[in-house]
Amino acid sequence: MRLRVGAQCKAGSRMTDVDYDKIAADAGLERVGARPPLGAYLAELWERRHFAYTLARFRIQATMSENRLGLGWIVLRPIFTAIIFGTIFGFIMPAGSRPENFIPFLVVGVFTFEFFSKSFSAGAKAITSNASLVRSLSFPRMLLPLASVLQQVFELIPIIGVMALIVVITGETITWNWLLVPVVFAVMTMFNLGVSLISARLTVHLRDVTQIIPLLTRILFYSSGIFYSLEKVLAPPKPEWLLTVAELNPIYIFLKLVRAQMVAGTTASTHDWVVVTGAAFVILVIGIVFFWRAEERYGRD
Amino acid sequence: MTKTLTLGDPIVVANEVHVKYRTHASGKAAARGGSLFKRQRGLRVVHALKGVSFVVREGESIGVIGHNGSGKSTLMRTIAGLTTATQGAVYAASRPALLGVNAALIQDLSGEKNVLLGTLAMGHTRKEAADSYDDIVEFSGLEEFIDLPMKTYSSGMQARLRFSIAISRDHQILLVDEALAVGDKAFRDKSEQRIRDLRDQAGTVFLVSHSMRSILDTCTRVLWIDHGNLKMDGDPKEVVKAYQASK
Repeated sequence: MRLRVGAQCKAGSRMTDVDYDKIAADAGLERVGARPPLGAYLAELWERRHFAYTLARFRIQATMSENRLGLGWIVLRPIFTAIIFGTIFGFIMPAGSRPENFIPFLVVGVFTFEFFSKSFSAGAKAITSNASLVRSLSFPRMLLPLASVLQQVFELIPIIGVMALIVVITGETITWNWLLVPVVFAVMTMFNLGVSLISARLTVHLRDVTQIIPLLTRILFYSSGIFYSLEKVLAPPKPEWLLTVAELNPIYIFLKLVRAQMVAGTTASTHDWVVVTGAAFVILVIGIVFFWRAEERYGRD
Repeated sequence: MTKTLTLGDPIVVANEVHVKYRTHASGKAAARGGSLFKRQRGLRVVHALKGVSFVVREGESIGVIGHNGSGKSTLMRTIAGLTTATQGAVYAASRPALLGVNAALIQDLSGEKNVLLGTLAMGHTRKEAADSYDDIVEFSGLEEFIDLPMKTYSSGMQARLRFSIAISRDHQILLVDEALAVGDKAFRDKSEQRIRDLRDQAGTVFLVSHSMRSILDTCTRVLWIDHGNLKMDGDPKEVVKAYQASK
Protein backbone atom coordinates (compact mmCIF):
# COMPACT_ATOMS: atom_id res chain seq x y z
CA MET A 1 0.00 0.00 0.00
CA ARG A 2 2.63 2.46 1.02
CA LEU A 3 4.81 3.86 -1.72
CA ARG A 4 8.51 3.14 -1.86
CA VAL A 5 8.80 1.91 1.69
CA GLY A 6 12.42 1.84 2.68
CA ALA A 7 13.49 2.50 -0.86
CA GLN A 8 16.42 4.71 -1.53
CA CYS A 9 15.23 7.29 -3.99
CA LYS A 10 16.65 10.46 -5.37
CA ALA A 11 14.09 13.11 -6.15
CA GLY A 12 13.58 13.77 -9.79
CA SER A 13 14.95 10.50 -11.04
CA ARG A 14 12.16 8.00 -10.50
CA MET A 15 9.23 10.32 -10.08
CA THR A 16 7.77 9.78 -13.50
CA ASP A 17 6.34 6.38 -12.63
CA VAL A 18 3.77 7.85 -10.22
CA ASP A 19 1.14 10.34 -11.29
CA TYR A 20 0.81 12.42 -8.14
CA ASP A 21 -1.65 14.86 -9.60
CA LYS A 22 -3.96 11.97 -10.39
CA ILE A 23 -3.66 10.46 -6.89
CA ALA A 24 -4.53 13.87 -5.42
CA ALA A 25 -7.45 14.37 -7.76
CA ASP A 26 -8.81 10.85 -7.13
CA ALA A 27 -8.69 11.39 -3.37
CA GLY A 28 -10.47 14.73 -3.77
CA LEU A 29 -7.59 16.77 -2.37
CA GLU A 30 -7.25 20.47 -3.01
CA ARG A 31 -4.14 22.45 -3.73
CA VAL A 32 -2.84 24.00 -0.53
CA GLY A 33 -2.53 27.75 -0.41
CA ALA A 34 -4.43 28.24 -3.64
CA ARG A 35 -5.95 31.69 -3.90
CA PRO A 36 -9.73 31.26 -3.58
CA PRO A 37 -12.03 33.00 -6.06
CA LEU A 38 -12.80 36.58 -5.12
CA GLY A 39 -16.31 35.82 -3.82
CA ALA A 40 -15.15 33.01 -1.53
CA TYR A 41 -12.22 35.14 -0.43
CA LEU A 42 -14.45 38.01 0.62
CA ALA A 43 -16.80 35.59 2.39
CA GLU A 44 -13.87 34.21 4.39
CA LEU A 45 -12.76 37.75 5.12
CA TRP A 46 -16.20 38.53 6.52
CA GLU A 47 -16.16 35.37 8.64
CA ARG A 48 -12.93 36.42 10.28
CA ARG A 49 -13.80 40.11 10.64
CA HIS A 50 -13.51 39.83 14.44
CA PHE A 51 -9.82 39.16 14.01
CA ALA A 52 -9.32 42.50 12.23
CA TYR A 53 -11.49 44.29 14.76
CA THR A 54 -9.72 42.76 17.77
CA LEU A 55 -6.28 43.34 16.28
CA ALA A 56 -7.09 47.03 15.70
CA ARG A 57 -8.33 47.44 19.27
CA PHE A 58 -5.33 45.69 20.84
CA ARG A 59 -2.93 47.71 18.70
CA ILE A 60 -4.34 50.98 20.01
CA GLN A 61 -4.12 49.75 23.60
CA ALA A 62 -0.55 48.52 23.11
CA THR A 63 0.82 51.69 21.52
CA MET A 64 -0.96 53.92 23.97
CA SER A 65 -0.10 52.06 27.16
CA GLU A 66 3.59 52.83 26.59
CA ASN A 67 3.01 56.59 26.79
CA ARG A 68 2.13 58.50 29.93
CA LEU A 69 -0.58 60.48 28.20
CA GLY A 70 -1.93 57.35 26.55
CA LEU A 71 -4.91 57.99 24.35
CA GLY A 72 -4.36 61.74 24.74
CA TRP A 73 -1.71 61.64 22.03
CA ILE A 74 -4.28 60.65 19.44
CA VAL A 75 -5.84 64.12 19.71
CA LEU A 76 -2.77 66.04 20.88
CA ARG A 77 -0.82 65.29 17.72
CA PRO A 78 -3.21 66.95 15.25
CA ILE A 79 -3.75 69.84 17.70
CA PHE A 80 -0.02 70.57 17.75
CA THR A 81 0.18 70.31 13.97
CA ALA A 82 -2.66 72.82 13.68
CA ILE A 83 -0.98 75.19 16.17
CA ILE A 84 2.34 75.03 14.31
CA PHE A 85 0.83 75.66 10.90
CA GLY A 86 -1.60 78.23 12.27
CA THR A 87 1.18 80.24 13.86
CA ILE A 88 3.57 80.01 10.93
CA PHE A 89 1.15 80.57 8.10
CA GLY A 90 -1.02 82.98 10.07
CA PHE A 91 1.97 85.36 10.09
CA ILE A 92 3.92 84.79 6.92
CA MET A 93 1.15 84.11 4.43
CA PRO A 94 -0.42 87.18 2.85
CA ALA A 95 -3.80 87.74 4.47
CA GLY A 96 -5.39 87.61 1.03
CA SER A 97 -4.76 83.87 0.71
CA ARG A 98 -6.30 83.16 4.09
CA PRO A 99 -9.98 82.38 4.26
CA GLU A 100 -12.24 83.90 6.86
CA ASN A 101 -12.66 81.78 10.01
CA PHE A 102 -9.03 80.82 9.63
CA ILE A 103 -8.81 78.71 12.80
CA PRO A 104 -11.81 76.40 12.17
CA PHE A 105 -10.80 76.21 8.51
CA LEU A 106 -7.29 75.09 9.42
CA VAL A 107 -8.30 72.71 12.21
CA VAL A 108 -10.80 70.86 10.06
CA GLY A 109 -8.24 70.67 7.27
CA VAL A 110 -5.40 69.31 9.42
CA PHE A 111 -7.57 66.81 11.32
CA THR A 112 -9.21 65.42 8.20
CA PHE A 113 -5.92 65.17 6.35
CA GLU A 114 -4.32 63.24 9.23
CA PHE A 115 -6.98 60.57 8.85
CA PHE A 116 -5.88 60.00 5.28
CA SER A 117 -2.13 60.23 5.79
CA LYS A 118 -2.08 57.88 8.79
CA SER A 119 -4.21 55.27 7.03
CA PHE A 120 -1.92 55.52 4.02
CA SER A 121 1.35 55.01 5.89
CA ALA A 122 0.01 52.35 8.29
CA GLY A 123 -1.71 50.44 5.48
CA ALA A 124 1.47 50.33 3.43
CA LYS A 125 3.28 48.52 6.24
CA ALA A 126 0.37 46.20 7.07
CA ILE A 127 1.91 43.08 5.52
CA THR A 128 5.62 43.73 5.92
CA SER A 129 5.42 44.70 9.60
CA ASN A 130 3.39 41.59 10.44
CA ALA A 131 5.73 39.10 8.82
CA SER A 132 5.70 36.72 11.80
CA LEU A 133 1.91 36.55 11.79
CA VAL A 134 1.87 35.94 8.04
CA ARG A 135 4.51 33.23 8.32
CA SER A 136 2.87 31.33 11.16
CA LEU A 137 -0.89 31.44 10.57
CA SER A 138 -3.03 31.17 7.48
CA PHE A 139 -5.88 33.63 7.12
CA PRO A 140 -6.97 36.00 4.34
CA ARG A 141 -4.13 38.51 4.27
CA MET A 142 -6.53 41.34 3.50
CA LEU A 143 -7.42 41.30 7.20
CA LEU A 144 -4.13 43.06 7.98
CA PRO A 145 -4.59 46.26 5.92
CA LEU A 146 -8.24 46.17 6.98
CA ALA A 147 -7.20 46.10 10.63
CA SER A 148 -4.83 49.03 10.16
CA VAL A 149 -7.57 51.16 8.56
CA LEU A 150 -10.02 50.11 11.30
CA GLN A 151 -7.51 51.28 13.87
CA GLN A 152 -7.50 54.72 12.24
CA VAL A 153 -11.31 54.76 12.26
CA PHE A 154 -11.38 54.04 16.02
CA GLU A 155 -8.88 56.81 16.62
CA LEU A 156 -10.94 59.15 14.46
CA ILE A 157 -13.84 59.15 16.93
CA PRO A 158 -12.13 61.20 19.68
CA ILE A 159 -10.48 63.31 16.96
CA ILE A 160 -13.86 64.33 15.53
CA GLY A 161 -15.01 65.19 19.07
CA VAL A 162 -12.04 67.48 19.70
CA MET A 163 -12.37 69.00 16.24
CA ALA A 164 -16.03 69.84 16.92
CA LEU A 165 -15.09 71.36 20.26
CA ILE A 166 -12.41 73.63 18.78
CA VAL A 167 -14.69 74.70 15.96
CA VAL A 168 -17.46 75.64 18.41
CA ILE A 169 -15.07 77.51 20.72
CA THR A 170 -13.78 79.57 17.80
CA GLY A 171 -17.23 80.78 16.92
CA GLU A 172 -18.98 78.30 14.64
CA THR A 173 -22.55 77.30 15.38
CA ILE A 174 -23.79 73.74 15.40
CA THR A 175 -26.19 73.06 12.54
CA TRP A 176 -28.11 70.07 11.20
CA ASN A 177 -25.45 69.83 8.52
CA TRP A 178 -23.06 68.43 11.11
CA LEU A 179 -24.91 65.13 10.77
CA LEU A 180 -23.33 64.79 7.34
CA VAL A 181 -19.80 64.82 8.77
CA PRO A 182 -19.82 61.07 9.64
CA VAL A 183 -21.11 60.38 6.13
CA VAL A 184 -18.13 62.17 4.59
CA PHE A 185 -15.79 60.20 6.84
CA ALA A 186 -17.50 56.93 5.90
CA VAL A 187 -16.88 57.60 2.21
CA MET A 188 -13.33 58.64 3.06
CA THR A 189 -12.78 55.35 4.93
CA MET A 190 -13.61 53.43 1.76
CA PHE A 191 -11.15 55.59 -0.14
CA ASN A 192 -8.45 55.11 2.50
CA LEU A 193 -8.95 51.35 2.54
CA GLY A 194 -8.54 51.18 -1.23
CA VAL A 195 -5.32 53.22 -1.06
CA SER A 196 -4.02 51.07 1.81
CA LEU A 197 -4.64 47.83 -0.08
CA ILE A 198 -2.78 49.09 -3.12
CA SER A 199 0.17 50.38 -1.11
CA ALA A 200 0.28 47.24 1.07
CA ARG A 201 0.85 45.04 -1.98
CA LEU A 202 3.29 47.47 -3.61
CA THR A 203 5.38 47.49 -0.43
CA VAL A 204 5.65 43.69 -0.52
CA HIS A 205 7.03 43.83 -4.06
CA LEU A 206 9.27 46.79 -3.42
CA ARG A 207 10.21 47.93 0.09
CA ASP A 208 11.31 51.29 -1.32
CA VAL A 209 7.67 52.32 -1.44
CA THR A 210 7.75 53.09 2.28
CA GLN A 211 10.41 55.73 1.54
CA ILE A 212 8.25 57.38 -1.10
CA ILE A 213 5.07 57.58 0.98
CA PRO A 214 6.16 60.48 3.25
CA LEU A 215 7.08 62.46 0.12
CA LEU A 216 3.72 61.78 -1.51
CA THR A 217 1.95 62.71 1.71
CA ARG A 218 3.83 65.99 1.90
CA ILE A 219 2.98 66.88 -1.68
CA LEU A 220 -0.69 66.19 -0.95
CA PHE A 221 -0.50 68.18 2.28
CA TYR A 222 0.73 71.31 0.55
CA SER A 223 -1.49 71.01 -2.50
CA SER A 224 -4.80 70.25 -0.79
CA GLY A 225 -5.48 73.74 0.54
CA ILE A 226 -5.13 72.91 4.21
CA PHE A 227 -3.91 76.30 5.43
CA TYR A 228 -4.90 78.43 2.47
CA SER A 229 -7.88 78.73 0.23
CA LEU A 230 -7.26 77.15 -3.18
CA GLU A 231 -9.79 79.47 -4.82
CA LYS A 232 -8.07 82.58 -3.46
CA VAL A 233 -4.49 81.48 -4.16
CA LEU A 234 -5.27 80.27 -7.67
CA ALA A 235 -7.66 83.09 -8.51
CA PRO A 236 -7.22 84.95 -11.83
CA PRO A 237 -4.90 86.19 -13.26
CA LYS A 238 -3.39 82.73 -12.67
CA PRO A 239 -4.43 80.37 -15.50
CA GLU A 240 -7.80 78.80 -14.88
CA TRP A 241 -6.66 75.24 -15.59
CA LEU A 242 -4.38 75.30 -12.53
CA LEU A 243 -7.40 75.56 -10.26
CA THR A 244 -9.26 72.90 -12.26
CA VAL A 245 -6.35 70.49 -11.88
CA ALA A 246 -5.92 71.24 -8.17
CA GLU A 247 -9.62 70.65 -7.58
CA LEU A 248 -9.43 67.14 -9.08
CA ASN A 249 -7.56 65.96 -5.99
CA PRO A 250 -10.03 63.80 -4.00
CA ILE A 251 -8.33 64.69 -0.71
CA TYR A 252 -9.07 68.34 -1.38
CA ILE A 253 -12.72 67.52 -2.05
CA PHE A 254 -12.98 65.51 1.18
CA LEU A 255 -11.64 68.51 3.13
CA LYS A 256 -14.02 70.78 1.27
CA LEU A 257 -16.99 68.56 2.13
CA VAL A 258 -16.18 68.39 5.85
CA ARG A 259 -15.62 72.15 5.95
CA ALA A 260 -18.86 72.82 4.13
CA GLN A 261 -20.72 71.13 6.97
CA MET A 262 -18.81 72.68 9.87
CA VAL A 263 -17.33 76.02 8.82
CA ALA A 264 -19.54 78.97 7.89
CA GLY A 265 -18.79 80.58 4.54
CA THR A 266 -17.52 77.41 2.83
CA THR A 267 -19.69 75.47 0.43
CA ALA A 268 -19.61 72.24 -1.52
CA SER A 269 -21.77 71.16 -4.43
CA THR A 270 -23.59 67.93 -5.25
CA HIS A 271 -20.94 67.52 -7.91
CA ASP A 272 -18.32 67.21 -5.17
CA TRP A 273 -20.28 64.44 -3.48
CA VAL A 274 -20.62 62.52 -6.73
CA VAL A 275 -16.93 62.83 -7.61
CA VAL A 276 -15.75 61.75 -4.19
CA THR A 277 -18.14 58.80 -3.88
CA GLY A 278 -17.21 57.62 -7.36
CA ALA A 279 -13.50 57.94 -6.60
CA ALA A 280 -13.88 56.02 -3.33
CA PHE A 281 -15.74 53.17 -5.04
CA VAL A 282 -13.28 52.88 -7.91
CA ILE A 283 -10.20 52.98 -5.65
CA LEU A 284 -11.72 50.44 -3.25
CA VAL A 285 -12.61 47.97 -6.02
CA ILE A 286 -9.20 48.36 -7.66
CA GLY A 287 -7.55 47.96 -4.25
CA ILE A 288 -9.46 44.77 -3.38
CA VAL A 289 -8.78 43.09 -6.73
CA PHE A 290 -5.15 44.24 -6.86
CA PHE A 291 -4.45 42.99 -3.33
CA TRP A 292 -6.30 39.68 -3.76
CA ARG A 293 -4.43 38.77 -6.94
CA ALA A 294 -1.13 38.54 -5.06
CA GLU A 295 -2.57 36.61 -2.09
CA GLU A 296 -0.28 33.63 -2.70
CA ARG A 297 2.95 35.54 -2.56
CA TYR A 298 2.65 37.47 0.71
CA GLY A 299 4.22 34.60 2.68
CA ARG A 300 7.13 33.91 0.36
CA ASP A 301 9.44 36.76 1.28
CA MET B 1 7.52 -0.39 14.14
CA THR B 2 3.78 -0.57 13.49
CA LYS B 3 3.96 -2.14 10.08
CA THR B 4 0.52 -3.62 10.48
CA LEU B 5 -1.11 -0.20 10.64
CA THR B 6 -3.88 -0.06 8.10
CA LEU B 7 -3.55 3.04 6.04
CA GLY B 8 -6.39 5.13 4.71
CA ASP B 9 -6.84 7.43 1.79
CA PRO B 10 -4.18 9.87 0.61
CA ILE B 11 -4.37 13.00 2.71
CA VAL B 12 -1.29 14.99 1.62
CA VAL B 13 0.25 14.70 -1.82
CA ALA B 14 3.33 16.62 -2.90
CA ASN B 15 4.11 16.63 -6.58
CA GLU B 16 7.59 17.74 -7.67
CA VAL B 17 7.68 20.67 -5.28
CA HIS B 18 10.30 23.29 -6.03
CA VAL B 19 10.74 26.42 -3.96
CA LYS B 20 13.10 29.21 -4.89
CA TYR B 21 13.68 32.28 -2.76
CA ARG B 22 15.13 35.40 -4.17
CA THR B 23 17.14 37.04 -1.49
CA HIS B 24 20.00 39.39 -0.83
CA ALA B 25 23.29 37.72 -0.20
CA SER B 26 23.95 40.30 2.51
CA GLY B 27 21.74 38.22 4.73
CA LYS B 28 18.82 40.59 4.73
CA ALA B 29 15.86 38.49 3.75
CA ALA B 30 14.30 41.37 1.86
CA ALA B 31 13.43 39.42 -1.25
CA ARG B 32 11.99 41.53 -3.99
CA GLY B 33 9.68 40.46 -6.75
CA GLY B 34 9.50 43.55 -8.92
CA SER B 35 12.15 44.26 -11.47
CA LEU B 36 11.87 48.01 -11.26
CA PHE B 37 15.60 48.23 -10.87
CA LYS B 38 17.35 45.67 -13.04
CA ARG B 39 20.59 46.14 -11.20
CA GLN B 40 20.15 44.65 -7.78
CA ARG B 41 23.29 44.09 -5.80
CA GLY B 42 23.82 40.69 -4.27
CA LEU B 43 20.49 39.30 -5.38
CA ARG B 44 20.72 35.55 -5.15
CA VAL B 45 18.29 32.75 -5.85
CA VAL B 46 18.19 30.07 -3.18
CA HIS B 47 16.82 26.80 -4.46
CA ALA B 48 15.46 25.49 -1.17
CA LEU B 49 13.47 22.52 -2.48
CA LYS B 50 14.39 20.71 -5.67
CA GLY B 51 11.47 18.53 -6.62
CA VAL B 52 10.10 16.71 -3.59
CA SER B 53 7.26 14.23 -4.12
CA PHE B 54 5.42 11.92 -1.73
CA VAL B 55 2.01 10.61 -0.78
CA VAL B 56 0.95 10.58 2.85
CA ARG B 57 -2.07 8.58 3.94
CA GLU B 58 -4.50 8.99 6.78
CA GLY B 59 -3.18 7.85 10.14
CA GLU B 60 0.50 8.13 9.31
CA SER B 61 2.79 10.30 11.36
CA ILE B 62 5.73 11.48 9.41
CA GLY B 63 9.11 12.39 10.81
CA VAL B 64 11.20 14.82 8.79
CA ILE B 65 14.95 14.80 9.34
CA GLY B 66 17.93 16.43 7.72
CA HIS B 67 20.83 18.75 8.43
CA ASN B 68 20.31 22.44 9.17
CA GLY B 69 19.44 24.31 6.02
CA SER B 70 18.41 21.20 4.12
CA GLY B 71 14.93 22.57 3.40
CA LYS B 72 12.85 20.96 6.15
CA SER B 73 11.25 24.19 7.35
CA THR B 74 10.60 25.34 3.79
CA LEU B 75 8.87 22.02 3.13
CA MET B 76 6.69 22.53 6.22
CA ARG B 77 5.76 26.07 5.22
CA THR B 78 4.93 24.88 1.72
CA ILE B 79 2.70 22.09 2.99
CA ALA B 80 0.97 24.62 5.23
CA GLY B 81 0.38 26.88 2.24
CA LEU B 82 2.24 29.80 3.83
CA THR B 83 4.88 29.72 1.12
CA THR B 84 3.68 28.74 -2.33
CA ALA B 85 5.68 26.33 -4.44
CA THR B 86 7.52 27.96 -7.33
CA GLN B 87 6.92 24.78 -9.34
CA GLY B 88 4.80 21.73 -8.61
CA ALA B 89 2.09 21.66 -5.99
CA VAL B 90 1.01 20.32 -2.63
CA TYR B 91 -2.50 18.91 -2.28
CA ALA B 92 -4.22 18.24 1.02
CA ALA B 93 -7.60 17.21 2.36
CA SER B 94 -7.80 20.26 4.61
CA ARG B 95 -5.65 23.23 5.42
CA PRO B 96 -2.66 21.98 7.46
CA ALA B 97 -1.69 23.93 10.57
CA LEU B 98 1.96 24.75 11.12
CA LEU B 99 3.72 25.10 14.44
CA GLY B 100 7.06 26.74 13.86
CA VAL B 101 9.87 28.13 15.92
CA ASN B 102 9.66 31.63 14.46
CA ALA B 103 8.97 34.64 16.63
CA ALA B 104 5.82 35.25 18.62
CA LEU B 105 2.68 36.44 16.93
CA ILE B 106 2.72 40.05 18.13
CA GLN B 107 5.55 40.88 20.49
CA ASP B 108 4.05 44.00 22.05
CA LEU B 109 0.83 42.35 23.14
CA SER B 110 0.31 40.24 26.23
CA GLY B 111 0.06 36.47 26.08
CA GLU B 112 -3.66 36.76 26.76
CA LYS B 113 -4.24 38.96 23.72
CA ASN B 114 -2.07 36.77 21.54
CA VAL B 115 -4.18 33.77 22.52
CA LEU B 116 -7.36 35.58 21.50
CA LEU B 117 -5.89 36.86 18.23
CA GLY B 118 -4.38 33.49 17.38
CA THR B 119 -7.63 31.64 17.88
CA LEU B 120 -9.60 34.25 15.91
CA ALA B 121 -7.10 34.09 13.06
CA MET B 122 -7.47 30.31 12.96
CA GLY B 123 -11.14 30.86 12.25
CA HIS B 124 -12.76 30.52 15.67
CA THR B 125 -15.80 32.65 16.34
CA ARG B 126 -15.55 35.09 19.22
CA LYS B 127 -17.47 32.72 21.47
CA GLU B 128 -15.32 29.71 20.60
CA ALA B 129 -12.23 31.83 21.18
CA ALA B 130 -13.46 32.83 24.63
CA ASP B 131 -14.43 29.24 25.45
CA SER B 132 -11.10 27.71 24.48
CA TYR B 133 -9.10 30.42 26.25
CA ASP B 134 -8.89 28.68 29.63
CA ASP B 135 -7.86 25.36 28.13
CA ILE B 136 -5.12 26.99 26.11
CA VAL B 137 -3.66 28.85 29.05
CA GLU B 138 -3.87 25.75 31.23
CA PHE B 139 -2.13 23.57 28.65
CA SER B 140 0.62 26.14 28.22
CA GLY B 141 1.14 26.32 31.98
CA LEU B 142 1.83 30.05 31.73
CA GLU B 143 -0.98 31.35 33.97
CA GLU B 144 1.36 33.60 35.98
CA PHE B 145 2.80 35.31 32.92
CA ILE B 146 -0.25 35.55 30.71
CA ASP B 147 -0.69 39.33 31.32
CA LEU B 148 2.88 40.17 30.35
CA PRO B 149 3.85 41.27 26.82
CA MET B 150 5.13 38.37 24.75
CA LYS B 151 8.44 40.12 24.15
CA THR B 152 9.27 39.42 27.79
CA TYR B 153 8.80 35.66 27.30
CA SER B 154 11.71 33.29 26.86
CA SER B 155 11.80 31.37 23.59
CA GLY B 156 10.61 28.27 25.42
CA MET B 157 7.61 30.11 26.83
CA GLN B 158 6.75 31.58 23.43
CA ALA B 159 6.89 28.15 21.84
CA ARG B 160 4.68 26.69 24.57
CA LEU B 161 2.04 29.34 24.10
CA ARG B 162 2.07 28.99 20.32
CA PHE B 163 1.86 25.22 20.53
CA SER B 164 -1.05 25.47 22.97
CA ILE B 165 -2.91 27.89 20.69
CA ALA B 166 -2.42 25.71 17.64
CA ILE B 167 -3.58 22.45 19.19
CA SER B 168 -6.66 24.06 20.75
CA ARG B 169 -8.40 23.29 17.51
CA ASP B 170 -8.62 19.78 16.12
CA HIS B 171 -6.52 19.76 13.01
CA GLN B 172 -6.69 16.96 10.54
CA ILE B 173 -3.13 17.73 9.52
CA LEU B 174 -0.64 19.18 11.96
CA LEU B 175 2.92 20.22 11.10
CA VAL B 176 5.30 20.55 14.03
CA ASP B 177 8.57 22.24 13.12
CA GLU B 178 10.97 21.78 16.02
CA ALA B 179 8.43 23.55 18.17
CA LEU B 180 8.94 21.00 20.91
CA ALA B 181 12.70 21.32 21.05
CA VAL B 182 12.67 24.48 23.16
CA GLY B 183 10.16 23.32 25.75
CA ASP B 184 11.21 21.65 28.99
CA LYS B 185 10.94 17.91 29.56
CA ALA B 186 7.49 17.95 31.18
CA PHE B 187 5.99 20.09 28.42
CA ARG B 188 7.62 18.01 25.72
CA ASP B 189 6.14 14.81 27.11
CA LYS B 190 2.70 16.42 27.34
CA SER B 191 2.97 17.69 23.76
CA GLU B 192 4.17 14.38 22.38
CA GLN B 193 1.23 12.69 24.07
CA ARG B 194 -1.09 15.24 22.45
CA ILE B 195 0.45 14.50 19.05
CA ARG B 196 -0.08 10.75 19.51
CA ASP B 197 -3.71 11.39 20.56
CA LEU B 198 -4.20 13.45 17.46
CA ARG B 199 -2.79 10.71 15.27
CA ASP B 200 -5.12 8.20 16.87
CA GLN B 201 -8.07 10.39 15.89
CA ALA B 202 -7.08 9.72 12.28
CA GLY B 203 -5.12 12.95 12.16
CA THR B 204 -1.85 13.18 10.29
CA VAL B 205 1.21 14.69 11.91
CA PHE B 206 4.49 15.86 10.38
CA LEU B 207 7.23 16.23 12.95
CA VAL B 208 10.50 18.00 12.18
CA SER B 209 13.07 17.24 14.82
CA HIS B 210 16.76 16.74 15.42
CA SER B 211 15.96 14.42 18.28
CA MET B 212 16.04 10.92 16.83
CA ARG B 213 14.41 9.67 20.02
CA SER B 214 11.36 11.86 19.43
CA ILE B 215 11.22 10.73 15.82
CA LEU B 216 11.43 7.03 16.67
CA ASP B 217 8.88 7.43 19.49
CA THR B 218 6.20 9.25 17.52
CA CYS B 219 6.60 8.49 13.82
CA THR B 220 5.56 5.64 11.57
CA ARG B 221 7.51 6.86 8.56
CA VAL B 222 10.46 9.17 8.03
CA LEU B 223 11.44 11.52 5.20
CA TRP B 224 15.08 12.48 4.97
CA ILE B 225 15.60 15.80 3.23
CA ASP B 226 19.11 16.54 2.02
CA HIS B 227 20.03 19.75 0.15
CA GLY B 228 16.46 20.19 -1.01
CA ASN B 229 16.08 16.64 -2.26
CA LEU B 230 14.13 13.79 -0.75
CA LYS B 231 17.02 11.45 -0.07
CA MET B 232 15.17 8.65 1.63
CA ASP B 233 11.60 7.82 2.53
CA GLY B 234 10.50 4.86 4.60
CA ASP B 235 10.64 2.95 7.86
CA PRO B 236 11.88 5.13 10.76
CA LYS B 237 14.56 2.72 11.96
CA GLU B 238 16.09 2.24 8.53
CA VAL B 239 16.07 5.92 7.58
CA VAL B 240 17.40 7.12 10.93
CA LYS B 241 20.16 4.53 10.74
CA ALA B 242 21.16 5.65 7.25
CA TYR B 243 20.99 9.32 8.30
CA GLN B 244 23.19 8.74 11.31
CA ALA B 245 25.65 6.74 9.25
CA SER B 246 25.93 9.61 6.76
CA LYS B 247 27.32 12.04 9.35
